[in-house]
Amino acid sequence: MTEHETTETLDVKGQNCPMPVVKTKQSIDGLTSGEVLEVLSTDSGSMSDIAGWADSTPGVELVDQAEGDGLYTHYVRKTE
Amino acid sequence: MSTDTPNAAEPDGEEPSRAELAAQVEELEQRLADVEADTADDDPKMSIIATKGTLDMAYPPLILASTAAAFGYEVTVFHTFWGLEILHEENSKNLQLSSVGNPSMPVPNVIGALPGMDRMTTRMMEKQIADNDTATIEELIDTSLDMGVEFQACQMTIDLMDYDEDDFFEGVSTGVGAATAIQDMAEADIQLLV
Repeated sequence: MTEHETTETLDVKGQNCPMPVVKTKQSIDGLTSGEVLEVLSTDSGSMSDIAGWADSTPGVELVDQAEGDGLYTHYVRKTE
Repeated sequence: MSTDTPNAAEPDGEEPSRAELAAQVEELEQRLADVEADTADDDPKMSIIATKGTLDMAYPPLILASTAAAFGYEVTVFHTFWGLEILHEENSKNLQLSSVGNPSMPVPNVIGALPGMDRMTTRMMEKQIADNDTATIEELIDTSLDMGVEFQACQMTIDLMDYDEDDFFEGVSTGVGAATAIQDMAEADIQLLV
């Protein structure tokens, strides 16, 4: 797994759809352009959901995703 | 195409002058600018009509509304008939689930119709929701309101069911009818009836 310089970490472990995406959006709103949010989730659906959300939503970009030991980690950058 | 009719589009042989073409280009540019100005600042919109008031059917409109808001959509959810129960602060805590008429439930209709069975199937689902850490109805409503989702309670149904405007969660709009819903749907990129 690549190391990423993250500004903030959002822990949504134990929470299910739609909360990982919804809380990621709420957290990213609090960042400034260029900053990266790390999201820790145990929801396997979050891999597809956060990738799809980042792809379709203006102002955010998926930097990386990783999975292992039941943990799904996402890195999302605010771009505007 | 024959080569001896080069001005087929202009049967009288007269081509538009340079000035006429320039005027046409200018007019088209103006119309394009108007269209762009109309659409530029508009967030995409989603309109949901929520008509069901059972525990299972309360989830889809709320999950889709909050998720669309996360995608940057302006979302309105128009609650009518039993869908009103989802916004009713007290009743939303006691939404029921019935196995009768639901072939996906592991209970035969003849058993499901016995007294007390709806309460039992509801309790089973509530336990599954809690065990699975699925968000509660109240959490989803609070989160959606935080994200700017507009929940509308159909005024006709409020009157029909003899509810009071204060019975609903804070932030819910009342005093709206079918015309408002139609207007929202007409302007929306996604329209759903749940």
